[in-house]
Amino acid sequence: MSNRQRIVIFGATSAIASACARQWVKRGDSLFLVGRNESKLEGLIADLRTQSSTGQQIEGTTADLNDFERHEELFTRAEQVLGEIDMVLIAHGTLPDQQACQNSVSLTMEEIRTNGLSVIALLTSAANRMEARGRGCLAVITSVAGDRGRASNYVYGAAKGMVTLFLQGLRNRLAKRGVTVITIKPGFVDTPMTARFEKKGPLWAEPETAAYGIVTAVEKRRDVVYLSGIWCWIMLIIRHIPESIFKRLSL
Amino acid sequence: MELSWNRYPRLEHREVLTLSDLSAGLPETAGFCLPHGNGRSYGDVCLNEGGVLLDTRRLNHIIAFDPVTGRLRCESGVLLKEIIDLVLPWSWFLPVTPGTQYVTVGGAIANDVHGKNHHWAGSFGNHVICLELLRSDGQRIQCAKEEAGEWFSATIGGLGLTGLITWAEIQLIPAHNPWMMVESRRFASLDEFWQINQEAEDHWPYTVAWLDCLSAGRGKGRGIYMAGRHALWTESLTGRRPRSLRFPLDPPFSLINPFSLRLINSLYFHQPLKKKPALSHYATFFYPLDGVLEWNRIYGRKGFFQYQCVLPPEAAQAGIAAMLKKISASGQGSFLAVLKTLGTVPSRGLLSFARPGVTLALDFPNCGQKTLRLFNEVDAIVRDTGGALNPSKDARMPALMFKTGFPNWERFAAYIDPKFSSSFWRRVTHE
Repeated sequence: MSNRQRIVIFGATSAIASACARQWVKRGDSLFLVGRNESKLEGLIADLRTQSSTGQQIEGTTADLNDFERHEELFTRAEQVLGEIDMVLIAHGTLPDQQACQNSVSLTMEEIRTNGLSVIALLTSAANRMEARGRGCLAVITSVAGDRGRASNYVYGAAKGMVTLFLQGLRNRLAKRGVTVITIKPGFVDTPMTARFEKKGPLWAEPETAAYGIVTAVEKRRDVVYLSGIWCWIMLIIRHIPESIFKRLSL
Repeated sequence: MELSWNRYPRLEHREVLTLSDLSAGLPETAGFCLPHGNGRSYGDVCLNEGGVLLDTRRLNHIIAFDPVTGRLRCESGVLLKEIIDLVLPWSWFLPVTPGTQYVTVGGAIANDVHGKNHHWAGSFGNHVICLELLRSDGQRIQCAKEEAGEWFSATIGGLGLTGLITWAEIQLIPAHNPWMMVESRRFASLDEFWQINQEAEDHWPYTVAWLDCLSAGRGKGRGIYMAGRHALWTESLTGRRPRSLRFPLDPPFSLINPFSLRLINSLYFHQPLKKKPALSHYATFFYPLDGVLEWNRIYGRKGFFQYQCVLPPEAAQAGIAAMLKKISASGQGSFLAVLKTLGTVPSRGLLSFARPGVTLALDFPNCGQKTLRLFNEVDAIVRDTGGALNPSKDARMPALMFKTGFPNWERFAAYIDPKFSSSFWRRVTHE
């Protein structure tokens, strides 16, 4: 693996992904960024360019990732800009209002589409490209919420859990083909997405800290990482509570 | 609960909204709002009880940096630390920096902060080329010093009340490397301080003194005088930036008390000093307290007070001596007693704190009424000399004290955004 990587980031303007982008730019990597909000994407690209040096490509485009038909075109654009793609980070997502989802079939389907199906669609295209080349790295931000369904958050959890399971299978398939698949499970991160919560306490992390965890996981070619590490132990316990007890808890 | 840096007062807010899109308008809010950066100011100037805080930390993008001219335009939530990390490899540095690099650009402008180089460079606002102000009615006002209207001078030192500063452009200063040439000298009395200071100010762009506040009442006023300048290209050391530690817990009571203070001050005063000027990393020179992250927790849950005043030049020597005597007699003391002369570069803000004279900053554990009574007594000395207290360090100044110290306050009030307010502003004007 050469030192300078060519990286595509989906959901690039999210707090965690843009913090990752900054750390990669400082290391000398080239980036192709895909985001939903045009002005935020332009702001991010301008910021990253001030931090970059000669020879680094920093480009991007806006896209609605729920439009699966456009995915191929995005990968083609990225390859035109970067030459080849060494790595893909998939970081887009929304945090649905569970109550609102319960009362609306269409909202539930939309959230599953944004947080689950669109990721699987992107992964399918990216995986085949990397498999054909025999190398590459796919990193995807899922969530600790995908480890077990909870009343307070199970629509989001189900979408993230689907992606986690998909990644397990994909890793199993691509491990023999030289492609790394990394599942990233953040706990609580202080971002605009979690604006509704009271963000205090040892379980909350800054996006920059989470991003450092992701950059390190990619360097070390880890399989599954919890951010921060303590969530590995918390979720171990939560996963092992018997369902007969778990269903009575309010979590 | 959002807290300011001294963890007092503890106020509840209706909500905290995170801003992350420069081109978006302000969110619709019920009640008054106030921009809140990294929360490093003291007291209630960055708080808005019962209202909304607009968290600007995600407005953290650099918009443009020209390594040839040293002009930098960035969003208002960018930290000074992030600027240094970007521009120092290109041989630029901040034109003015306060004692912590963990403040946002928006906060530095809204409080028109000053630093150790005030006697040469003025305050932060003196180096702002232009900025954009977003008002609650959706209007965007780009203002620069030259332009007509008073938006610029209202916003510099405007305590975040004139609208949201979305971005600002500043002029950096050249620096060859991360090193500072620093001279440290012990002084045994206030008289000696004045003498050293007068000599040093003409030769050193950065000067400041640490004072052993407990000794001052005994007529000594000993301390350490520090003077520095950026190192030349030929002067540099190899070495890394100093590592930071983190203060790990919330003690139930303040660990700074009369007994620990005597010990700490004595140790600090007798620290080994180099005989000649020597190189020191900029982080050690400018930001010694940033070396211990969350050091504010050392004062326990009740928090602490900062008391910073400026006295006019002619009354300064007698005034400072009288203040220190009063504080020392009260038995309450401060470890962070910092004395510095401010220069004659005029501040641009209608409400700027920095003005010619001498500033003394002290911090005190919050011992309730006892501490507040002491402040009232010290206020009288400041008022008699025609001085003022620093709004960005204040949690308790009486309205009258504010109005006499900042005679432009009524002129300023015309520029306040109708949907913006702060706990500080209500406290010092609604009486």
